[in-house]
Parts: sequence; structure tokens; C-alpha cells
Amino acid sequence: MSNKPQLEKRQGPGKRGMIFAEPTIFERGAPGRTGHSLPEPEVPLIDPKNEIDATLLRQDAALLPEVSELDVVRHFTRLSQWNYSIDTGFYPLGSCTMKYNPKVNEEVARMNGWVKLHPQQPVETIQGALELMFQLQGFLATISGMDAVSLQPAAGAQGEFTGLLMIRAYLAEQGNARTKVIIPDTAHGTNPASSAACGYEVVTIKSGPEGFITPEAVRAVMDDDVAAIMLTNPNTLGLFERHIGEIAEIVHSRGGLVYCDGANQNAIVGMARLGDMGVDVQHFNLHKTFTTPHGGGGPGSGPVAVKKILEPYLPVPMVVKRDGRYDWDSDRPHTVGKVKGFYGNFGMLVRAYTYIREMGAEGLRQVALRAVLNANYVRKSLQEDFYLPHDKTCMHECVFSDKYQQAFGVKTIDIAKRLMDYGYHPPTIYFPLVIPGALMIEPTETESLQTLDRFIRSMKEIARECKEDPEIVQAAPHIPKVRRLDEVKAAKEPKFVFVPTAKKAP
Amino acid sequence: MRYLPQTNDEIQKMCETIGVKSPEALFDVIPAALRMKGGLDLPKPLAEADLIRHLKDLGRTNDTTDSLSSFLGGGAYHHYIPVAVSAITSRGEFQTAYTPYQPEISQGTLQAIFEFQTMIASLTGMDLANAGNYDGASALAEAVLMALRITKRPKVLLAASIHPDYRRVVKTYLTNIECEIVEIPFDESGRLQMQALETQLDDCVAALCVQSPNSFGVIETANVLSAKVHAAGGLMLSCFTEAMSLGFLQSPGALGADIVAGEGASFGNFLNFGGPYLGLFATSKQYVRQMPGRLVGETVDAEGKRGFVLVLSTREQHIRREKATSNICTNQALCALGTTTFLSLMGPKGLDRIAQVNYSNAVYLRDGLLGLKSVQRRFSGPHFNEFILKFKQDPRDLLVSLRARGILGGIAVQDWTQGLENCLLVCATEMNTKAQMDEYIQAMKELL
Repeated sequence: MSNKPQLEKRQGPGKRGMIFAEPTIFERGAPGRTGHSLPEPEVPLIDPKNEIDATLLRQDAALLPEVSELDVVRHFTRLSQWNYSIDTGFYPLGSCTMKYNPKVNEEVARMNGWVKLHPQQPVETIQGALELMFQLQGFLATISGMDAVSLQPAAGAQGEFTGLLMIRAYLAEQGNARTKVIIPDTAHGTNPASSAACGYEVVTIKSGPEGFITPEAVRAVMDDDVAAIMLTNPNTLGLFERHIGEIAEIVHSRGGLVYCDGANQNAIVGMARLGDMGVDVQHFNLHKTFTTPHGGGGPGSGPVAVKKILEPYLPVPMVVKRDGRYDWDSDRPHTVGKVKGFYGNFGMLVRAYTYIREMGAEGLRQVALRAVLNANYVRKSLQEDFYLPHDKTCMHECVFSDKYQQAFGVKTIDIAKRLMDYGYHPPTIYFPLVIPGALMIEPTETESLQTLDRFIRSMKEIARECKEDPEIVQAAPHIPKVRRLDEVKAAKEPKFVFVPTAKKAP
Repeated sequence: MRYLPQTNDEIQKMCETIGVKSPEALFDVIPAALRMKGGLDLPKPLAEADLIRHLKDLGRTNDTTDSLSSFLGGGAYHHYIPVAVSAITSRGEFQTAYTPYQPEISQGTLQAIFEFQTMIASLTGMDLANAGNYDGASALAEAVLMALRITKRPKVLLAASIHPDYRRVVKTYLTNIECEIVEIPFDESGRLQMQALETQLDDCVAALCVQSPNSFGVIETANVLSAKVHAAGGLMLSCFTEAMSLGFLQSPGALGADIVAGEGASFGNFLNFGGPYLGLFATSKQYVRQMPGRLVGETVDAEGKRGFVLVLSTREQHIRREKATSNICTNQALCALGTTTFLSLMGPKGLDRIAQVNYSNAVYLRDGLLGLKSVQRRFSGPHFNEFILKFKQDPRDLLVSLRARGILGGIAVQDWTQGLENCLLVCATEMNTKAQMDEYIQAMKELL
């Protein structure tokens, strides 16, 4: 039994609420219990054996629980209480743009007029849905300074894949699809993975000492085999790639194209446009800049925007307007094809559209201004306590490291876990790879000064603990339902499914 | 503005801390030539009440499966969703959580995914499953890529009876991969043509991809097909667009599948005009390291308590970069949660019951329509909840007339693949009442 002051010290300012143990759903319920309400059949139930060969019919019931509706609701509500979420706390999670997800988006996205639409309905019955898509295509083109948009990609990574497919198709039609894509060492892991999926070899270039890609580095590797450069701007150090114009010229002059990862669009929305910087294609992450919820990892949505030269290659179908009516256009001979079934993650499009309609041009500009203001405020406020590799104005995020804390035997992972005891989600850690022990913080514009100040005080307090009481940080977290988990065991003795204990033979 | 909490005084104070005059000054790091001169050309902002009114009005210009009597299937199916499903998926703790990279504070999402993996593995008859893929079509494409990695063979056999979107997505994914794709035709039962398959089976075949029930609604003899492709040393890839069929049909795993890729939307997800849906992906243990997408495993914490973590991430893009098994970075966690909640409420008996009602309704409607003059069944093979009818005329004219009576009568599928001229794909689910079906049969009778 630990004494009370010691416990309070370990727990930091976080407090334990009513958190319940809860087994898996398979360990609940009883045979014969049900949680559904199905009507009596109106037509006679037919035995499938009459027409279907018995070998094609299920022999054993699937492993599904037999539980009441209350069992289910209580089970999943308890599970939900073990999650950290934007609705419950602050996520200073770099490059993930964990901003508030407006409730009105959810209200609107659940309206019957959207959720009950079948994707195979005739066009005269879906004019509202097509109008929303058409308008959103236009908004995203305006915001990015591009000429055309496809809403089809289901997530940012699929947007990257689509963009690179278009680049490849365009270059192939010019006579040479080329073999390589240039990617800086600060890029998200999806960039090289998407390039490989399009058959390209990845040429990694180092960012310069200032944290930017230099024109010299690009010039050194740019040749006639390079199909494209894949940049992220602002980059994952939170810095604006100030040489992007010159870099685009270098790449274009040798016949290559410029792809920009739109992951960090939130920093520049309404202030600057990738389309004005020589970028030929970009994707959006609607779950970042345009407030669709992350959902514990998805669904996302990753529309792509392109310049005129790539427009013929966009996936099919496209939404078009003809004589005042909206329609599908699938007759596009140069298209790269389809990357997902039907038309995209429509439910996410409704949310993004709603957000843009609420914010308007000035609202979106204020998003960028305040996101950048918040990030720089955190940067300035913490740079005495944590090592800041690039001491200059950042955009939406700033990257610290554990360099000062290593002297006390405390690592980035420990600081991250200790933040949980203080009531925060950890920052993005050990990324970008170019900063050893990186702590990447993106506060977003939706957090108030009071929240930032509380977070800053907590970080300072942890910096003090690292010096004076490193063990408490190294053993963190102390408050969450579970302590640090044994990931080695999880990989070595993999258990991917629940296995019921065998019933005893009668 | 309600999502921007900083007051003018606070902005001033923050600028002082940073050492700039205004937030605008922070943008000096962007070269002036690259900054926007004017504002964005977007519509005026709307206050909440106006916003809701606008979206409601826009949504009302659509006719929905609520206001019309729908017999549409073809890759998306209208099913009952218990209210409790939305109550769970609407919870902010699930909805606004990030990917569970920090397991100590993500146990809710992780355990829910673990439960999802268990249910889907069991329903598909495989060792393990995940919620990593966007939808059924892209899941099939990833399954094909996985089969190419495992077998290192260059030929992929794709049944022509697979949904056209799925075939198109597979081809798009394989655009820049060295391999040969061969489409295998179907016979008069609507099933894969055995002879055509046998002439293609050789030691170059990486995989045979078959959908069951296929895009004509016909149930394939997957056990026979997997035996054949296995004999040639290739893998059996089973896909489906209608997960509800798993309620009473034998699991793909029990019929010999090596990889199962299907659409899970029918389990508790709204039609949503085609997305977001979720790709179900399942395989056997021996192939786990070639699997795309996130996977959750059970483990213990420092005190020995049960807990869950993301595992085998060395397959994934954030670790392996260009050598990753896939570029997938999201998962469909929230859709998977809807599915897990749905399947929990249904239980084995409820699922079997819904499947039986779907089937029985489809048979009732089919027999009613087949009783009309000049309506024929296109394929003789057994079906689940959808089937193809053949008419003497182009059914698109009939669809227009039916539509005028408030009926979405099906999908004219002449462009899906060869041999479907004058064909109509009709689907009945548990959402179709007997009155709707009788009305459809009566309307068709009057039109023919």
C-alpha cells in the first residue's frame, strides 16, 4: 500500500474517476440472450437447402456474443471511457492536426438526405449529393490554387497513390514514365510507400542544416530519370520550405513534376496556396484541416487536386454540371481508373463541406493565423526547458527533443508517457526521423490560451521532475487504466483473436 | 468565431511572448511572392441555424431509400441498423480519438478492434482479420498484391463475375506492377466457367480471385475452385460485397480461401452514398507478415494486467517506408466499431435470421417477377439476396417508369461485363416489406 502523499505525487494533477474493469464482449452474456428487435417475417421463410448445396451452407455458428442491448451499450460505453479523445482533452500531436471536430458536422452528416442514399441511385434522385460534391471540388480547388479535384481517394495515403499514378500516366504519355521519385528525409512514411506502390525507386535527400530542402540538394539528384519530387510544405519540422519555388523550377526544367503532401495544409489555409508555388498535384487530409473526426484511426478522406495538365488522368467518375444538372462523367479515356468502390468517403465530404460553409474565407484564414500563433507561443514558452533544434519561427508545429533530459537518464518516450498523468495525449514522438528523440507539438487553432498555459506548466513541471525525480517519469504513466504494455510479448506470442476456454466434455 | 477561442487581448499577449507585432508577421517566413494577395473566393460564412437549414434543404433534393421503395444492391445493401449502433459510434471518446499509437490511453479503441478481429475471423473462417482497408474493392486489390508477394508468381486470375468496381480497382492498383491479369468468364449458371479456368491454371498463377455471392448474386462453388487453384500452387482469394450472406452461407475459409477480402458495410454502416465503408480482410497465420494494415494483439502491462496494442508494425509504412507491405496509414476504426456493435446486438441467431429473411424475400420477389410474361432468369445458379432477370427489351425504360411510381427497380447491368444485355440486377433485403414487393410485381406486370 503506497501512502497518500506518495500516490498523489505519482499521479500528478490527474485524478482517477470511475473506471471499470470490463472483459471482452465474448465473456459477457448468456446462451439465448439477444440484443436485437427483428420483425416476424412477412413471407414464408424458405429453407436455403432447397436451392443451395449443403456444402455451401454454414455448419457451425460464428463466434458472436449473445448479449442484451444494455450489455452492449454498457460494454462499449465502458470501453469508450478508456480512450483519450479530443472531446476529453488536448492533443498536442504534431502533424496530426487534432483540432476540435464541430458537433454540427455530425448532426448534418447524419441527416437522412445523405446517409440513406444508395450509390447506385439514378442521377435525377441524387442532385443534392452531386451538388455538394461539385461545390466541394470547387472549394478545394480554390483553397489549393489548383484546377481540378477528385474526391475519390479514401485517405491521404490513397490520395498520394492516386497523385503518383497520374504523374506516371502523364509522363508515360509523354514517352517516358521515368524511374525515380525524390523524397526528403523529413517526409511521412506514406510518401516512400506510395512511390513504391507506383513502381518508383525512392531517392532520399537530406534537408539542409536550417531544416529546409535546399535547391542544391535537389539539383544534385535531379535528372531525366526523376519523375517527381514529393514535398511536404510546411514540412514535418513545422518549417515552411522557402525554396519551394526554385525547387519546382529545377524539377520542371528537367521534365519532372512536383507533388506536395497536403498533410500540413492547416498552417497555410487562406494565407498561401500550393498551386501558386509550382506544385502540380497535392492531396488533402479532410480529417486534418477540414475537421472530419479521426475515429480512432479512420475513416479518413484524401481528395487530390491537380493542375490542368493532370486533369485528364483523374479517377472516374467525376462530378460534372451540364445544363444546370449534375451528372457523372466516366467517359475519360486518359483516367488512371478507380482507387475505391463508388465515389469516395461521402460522409466525410458532407462534414468538410459543412465546415467550409461555416468558416468562409476569412474564417479559414484565421484558422491558419491562430494555428501558427499557438504553435509559436508553445515554442517560445518551452525552449528553455526543452532543446529546440531549429530556433526560428515555425508554422503549425514545433519540434523539441529530449537532449537536455538525457543527462538525467530520461528519454522522449518517458516524457510522453508522463504527460498522460498530467492529463494530456503525448506529442508525436521520434518523428521526424532527422531529429533524434523528437517531440513534435502541434497545438492547432482550436485550443485556448488557458489550455496552452496549463500544458506549458505541465511540460515545465515534467522537465523539473526529470532532474529531481527521474524515476517517476521513467515509470510513467501511473494514472491510465493500464501501465506500459509489453509489446515484445504481443509480437512474440501473437494473440489476434479471443479464444474461448474449451467447454468441458459432459 | 466559436472554434477560435483566442480573444484580441490574448492574441496581443501571445504576440508579445513570441516577439512579433501580429500573427500575420509570423507568415513572413513565407516568401512574399508565394503569399496570397486577396482572400479566398468562397461563399459567405453561415451561422449554425442557417447552416443546418442549408444542408437540410440540399439533402431534401435527394430521394432516399426511405422515401423510395428500393431494390438496389450491386455492392451496397440497405439493411436494418439498430439505434444503439449510432449511440455508440457517436460517442466523442470513440469518434474524436486518434489512431491508438499510445496504448495506455487508447484501450477502448484497441479492445473494440480486437473484438472486431475476433468476430470477422470467425465469420470468414480464417485465423485472423483486421480493419485496415478502406472498402471491399481496395481490400481485394491489396489481397492481390499480397498474393503476388507471397507466391512471387506473375499471373492473376480474376473472375469476370466480380463487381466491376472491384475489378477496376484491382487493375488500377496493379497498373505499375509486373503481372498479367486474366479475366475468367462465367457459364450459364452464372458461376465461373471451369473449362476456361483449367486452361489458365499453370505454375505462373499467383491467385484466383472469386466473389461469392458474385456480382450476379450467384453463389460460387468456392470449395471446388480452391481445390483447383491449390493444385496448381496458387492462392484462393475470396471476396464478397454482401457480408450479410455470411449469416448462413459457409465461411470462405471453410471453403478453402487463403485470403478473404470483402465489404463490411452491411454490418451496421449506413449506405452513405457509397462511403465510408470498411474493407474486411482476413487470412491465415502463416501469411500475417504480408498482411496490409493495422493489427491489434493482446498482451499484458507492467503489472500483468490484460491490455491491447498495435502489433507487427514493422510491416507498415511508418517503420519500413518504401519496403512496407502497403501504404495504408489509416484504418476504418469507427466503421469497424459500428460493425462490432451491430454483430454484438445480432448475435449468431440474429444474423442467421436476417440472412434468412433476405433470402426468403429475394426468392418471393424473384418468383413473383418470373411469373410475368417475357421475364426470364438470366442465370440458373443459386443466389442470396440479389439475382439477375433478363427482359426482351432494354430494362432502362422500365426503370424510368418504375421510378415514376416511387420504385427503384434495380440496376441495369449491361455495361458490367459481356453477356448482360437487357439484364436487370434486383435485390431484396429485410428492409423491403411484402407490400413493397407486391407493389413492385404489380407495377412490373402493368408495364410489361
